[in-house]
Amino acid sequence: MTVAVTKLRVEDKLFQNRYLVDQGRPHIKVRPHEHPSANLLALTRICPAKCYELNDKGQVEIAADGCMECGTCRVLCEASGDITWNYPRGGFGVLFKFG
Amino acid sequence: MSGEKFDAIVIGAGMAGNAAAYTMASRGLKVLQLERGEYPGSKNVQGAIMYANMLEEIIPNFRDDAPLERHLVEQRFWMMDDTSHVGIQYRSDDFNGSTPERYTIIRAQFDRWFSRKVREAGAIVLCETTATELAQEGGKVIGVRTDRTGDVILADTVVLAEGANGLLGARAGLRQTSTSESVALAVKEIHFLPEDVIDQRFGLHGNEGCVIEAAGTISRGMAGLAFLYTNKESISLGIGCLVSDFAATCESPYELLEAFKNHSSIKHLIADSEVKEYAAHLIPEGGYKAIPALFGDGWVVVGDAAQLNNAVHREGSNLAMTSGRIAGEAIFEVKSRGGRMTKRNLALYKTMLDDSFVIKDLRKYKDMPALLHTNSRNFFMTYPKLMSEASKNFMRVDGTPKIENERATTAAFIKARSRWGLVSDAVRLALAWR
Ligand SMILES: Cc1cc2nc3c(=O)[nH]c(=O)nc-3n(C[C@H](O)[C@H](O)[C@H](O)COP(=O)(O)OP(=O)(O)OC[C@H]3O[C@@H](n4cnc5c(N)ncnc54)[C@H](O)[C@@H]3O)c2cc1C
Ligand code: SF4
Repeated sequence: MTVAVTKLRVEDKLFQNRYLVDQGRPHIKVRPHEHPSANLLALTRICPAKCYELNDKGQVEIAADGCMECGTCRVLCEASGDITWNYPRGGFGVLFKFG
Repeated sequence: MSGEKFDAIVIGAGMAGNAAAYTMASRGLKVLQLERGEYPGSKNVQGAIMYANMLEEIIPNFRDDAPLERHLVEQRFWMMDDTSHVGIQYRSDDFNGSTPERYTIIRAQFDRWFSRKVREAGAIVLCETTATELAQEGGKVIGVRTDRTGDVILADTVVLAEGANGLLGARAGLRQTSTSESVALAVKEIHFLPEDVIDQRFGLHGNEGCVIEAAGTISRGMAGLAFLYTNKESISLGIGCLVSDFAATCESPYELLEAFKNHSSIKHLIADSEVKEYAAHLIPEGGYKAIPALFGDGWVVVGDAAQLNNAVHREGSNLAMTSGRIAGEAIFEVKSRGGRMTKRNLALYKTMLDDSFVIKDLRKYKDMPALLHTNSRNFFMTYPKLMSEASKNFMRVDGTPKIENERATTAAFIKARSRWGLVSDAVRLALAWR
């Protein structure tokens, strides 16, 4: 069981989904920081689309292209100002065929 | 659209929004509905079990053309530990009548169908349009702004049916943003298999369906639930846990989902399937105590946006449809009496909702979210393991006298939780369930 789990790449899962990316207009932004808060750091593990990653300076960055617009990061990190969150423009973003 | 004024603008074309828009439009009100997705359903995720009664109250003959997958004849509940499960199973031929009471659906298809009914009833439905702000005047909601133009579209009432991750109501200060303790994050996949393979694996015929709900060590000590639902030619499966628990444990949702799929009890049921989509969505879990203000001057809130979701029975869509319908009826009622959409008049929505199963059910389980939350390790780790141990001891035929097996079971329970702990958990569970 564990073998399959560690080999998993979430990118392969997201590959099955349809997106219409609004180029150059990311709907989520991370506030520049020296050290990430605990919740921001948690997002590198718990975002279901793995949009958040740690760079080599230890800061959290976001690439929102695979975002499924679930709102988990908003619930955790919007109030503290760690991130800003808006819906993509109408029609853009993830497009579920089944949902 | 400038200059035009609507009786109501509905934000969102999910279960709640469609029910509200249909109810009002079919009674002759002038309704505009806004949906940010390319088509209704393109942003929506559900397990998905749909309850017939609640839809029947809105569209009585829905069975004629609604896209339904299978009607459910069997329900299983599993307590899982790492390598086994103990389950209860209920199956009845009574569920095979001509008007079954619950079906599996695929939301992207179902929502499109529902939206077509809304249009046929006379509402204007605008997709690919995100409402960005509620326009207010002297504390009263008078309309909305969208990302199409900067202009305000005016309406007597705005029905907020934005779903679990609704921004508008919270940003306008009408309700609070959900906390990480009051929402669960669920991830889901859809696995395609030939219809006859699904029939064989679950012992089904024709349009019969079977669903499995599962709890236990699969959520790794977090408060959570996994599910597997049969559709006609596919299986939907997923797992969800409280966001606060995810944040505390830093468990990754897709790793949990993989582990669930690889569990020895599940693996063979989805073997050789083709995965066609991976989705994620929030589910409101706060229950009765998390319900925000439901109405005010010029607005009402319905469905998941109002936390109207029964996590204990994993019922959300039917509460959403019912609250949407009731909101629509209340608005129509106020309008036909010649009343204005003031807070005082719209209180009718709350009165009618209090009288329905929606609030009655949520009130019944008002203590459940807190109990499961504070005891998650016991309910989701210790007990499933103990149940499995007890079953193994009960089944084992290895020459050990049965009385010794029984003693071993009792000793294991007491060791893990103490006599006092067991009694207190049982009492608290019983009280929360009452
Ligand atoms: C994994 C999972 C499994 C579930 N299983 C079940 C189940 O088996 N049975 C059940 O009864 N319930 C289930 N639920 C719960 C159920 O899905 C919800 O309760 C139900 O969808 C709520 O309906 P709603 O209309 O309130 O919100 P939604 O269906 O989420 O609809 C909200 C709509 O509003 C739109 N929107 C949001 N903001 C804007 C904006 N600013 N402008 C324009 N449009 C906007 C969205 O795009 C969306 O279409 C499940 C949920 C999940 C996540
Ligand atoms: S909304 Fe969900 S999927 Fe998108 S970045 Fe946030 S946590 Fe990840």
